[in-house]
Amino acid sequence: MNLDELKAIREKAKKDIQLRQKEARIKIVVGMGTSGIASGAREVLRSFVDEIAGRNLVDVMVTQTGEKGFASQEPMIEVLEEGKPGVIYGNMDAEKARKVVAEHIVKGNPVLEYVIETS
Amino acid sequence: MNIARSHVLISIDAGTIMAGARGVQAELVEEIKKKGLSGEVAVLETGNLGVTGMGVVLVVYPEGFYYGNVTKEDIPEFVEEQLLKGRLVKRLLLTQAPKRFIIRREKMGLTKEQPRIVLKNCGFINPESIEEYIAAGGYEAASKALTAMTPEEVIGEVKRSALAGRGGAAFPTAAKWEFARKAPGEEKFIICNADEGEPGTFKDRLILEGDPHKLLEGMLIAGYAVGASKGFIYIRGEYALSIERTEKAIADARSYGLLGNTIFDKPFGFDIEVMKGAGAYVCGEETALIESLEGHRGHPRNKPPYPVVSGLWGKPTVVNNVETLANIAEIVRNGANWFKQYGTPKCAGTKVYTILGHVATPGLIETEMGTTLRDIIYDYGGGIGDGKQFKGALVGGAAGAFLGPDMLDVQMDFVNLKEYAAALGSGAILVMNQDTSMVDMLKSVLHFFKHESCGHCAPCRLGTARLVEIVDRIADSEAKADDVDRLLAIASVMKDTSFCPLGQSLYLPVSSCLKYFREEIAGS
Repeated sequence: MNLDELKAIREKAKKDIQLRQKEARIKIVVGMGTSGIASGAREVLRSFVDEIAGRNLVDVMVTQTGEKGFASQEPMIEVLEEGKPGVIYGNMDAEKARKVVAEHIVKGNPVLEYVIETS
Repeated sequence: MNIARSHVLISIDAGTIMAGARGVQAELVEEIKKKGLSGEVAVLETGNLGVTGMGVVLVVYPEGFYYGNVTKEDIPEFVEEQLLKGRLVKRLLLTQAPKRFIIRREKMGLTKEQPRIVLKNCGFINPESIEEYIAAGGYEAASKALTAMTPEEVIGEVKRSALAGRGGAAFPTAAKWEFARKAPGEEKFIICNADEGEPGTFKDRLILEGDPHKLLEGMLIAGYAVGASKGFIYIRGEYALSIERTEKAIADARSYGLLGNTIFDKPFGFDIEVMKGAGAYVCGEETALIESLEGHRGHPRNKPPYPVVSGLWGKPTVVNNVETLANIAEIVRNGANWFKQYGTPKCAGTKVYTILGHVATPGLIETEMGTTLRDIIYDYGGGIGDGKQFKGALVGGAAGAFLGPDMLDVQMDFVNLKEYAAALGSGAILVMNQDTSMVDMLKSVLHFFKHESCGHCAPCRLGTARLVEIVDRIADSEAKADDVDRLLAIASVMKDTSFCPLGQSLYLPVSSCLKYFREEIAGS
């Protein structure tokens, strides 16, 4: 083992424990109530997780919540950022999730066409 | 690599295994598979989560929710609600989650959270994964020490940090290392004392179970600083899981080249071996431990010569406690000044305590040196519970001191407590409420000492027997007029004349118990 090898292992394994460090700048909350799951919230969640891992966004956390009471708009997600109003997106799918990551999370421009509410 | 969206960490330690953690873990994995969440949710083992007496304990990340008293029957609901739908299972939720941070009291009464030092990774990483330890910054300190520092510089850094031995005696760690480094001889040894025998103390066990690599890294650095090429970890034989995880950690470190003949391309070799103790209290004394390691009966040796000059097989030997060595990597990595910002001017750093007895949330905590007993009980321990009043606490195990209500606001560190004729000792805090019989407490302490006395010297062998007779008389309401004074007189002679700390240390619990509860004991 030398220094470079140690660094290589650290970088590789870091991703795995990042999830537990909770220093998220942005939180993406996916509604996983019964109607959310029925309309595909799991795929949306999966898409967010993959996209965020793929882009190496270390300060974004994906978590889930229950029914939001707005079943016709499911799957719904909410993007929470410190100091800014929360943005709720409706009728999400895996493709839209990728777009939200690219536009909103990375560039900071909410994708207005999917937004149904701000809080 | 598949990135899971959620991690469920299940605490696998001696306590949770007894509560059925293995069964819950198997059920959890099965249920997750059934619900088709296998790729999304990772179930990982970790060490103690800082909670004891709460059955099987889980924590769910990224949210950081703690669940306790989880049984196999709860698993379907837990998976359905928490993992699938993200809803809390409130009846299992631990409302008072253990603190992942130590609370720092700045001037002006402000509180500030600071990261833990010794328990940084406990309950956070998988202790059986060397990769996770490395990802959390592990072996960085060892690489810094071995490649960029001389052994003298390492000792100098530890000396500036003012790290004192955490086993109870609070001897300056750097001084020990320096003596051993300067002692003549080619062959030197590092021994880690993990023969944690003090009743109520289980911090070392939980450090070993939760983060074994931290100890190995500390020993590696110590070996480099002292010029030793071999280390031994003397673990209590009962600590089966500690032994298993430490041995796995050693094997992993060897296969990664972090132990062996050349480490970090340096002509420095170091290897570590685990030795099992047989559970004798006296073997926590360093020379008795060395005797036991050599294969003899665990009798203490005459001092001097001290082990740093003539220890294991007559070679210079450093004996350090688990918690002491677990501090080393963070000190070397972050520097002495960083370390000294914690604690009190005379006593730097943090202390790991096991808090148990009549508190609402018993468990494993780490606080700054100088934290008061009141803060430890009410802030970390959740208070006395059941609406009862605080009566006293036994701090430091059987060889520790009883503290009464007037000690609640005294800053607890090694130096300060000495001024009050008390000791921090091993870090066990046994809290007692108003209903506790102090006669029973004293009785159990004295019976413990009688049982553990090795019989080598007369004051301890005979003294413990007489003390037990007297305390039994008191407990049976058959005490003679001067029995209480006699307790103190015998303990005092034992303190002056016993061969080793076992017989000497008994004076502290006896005298402190009588200081606070003399009336109760004399009156029963």
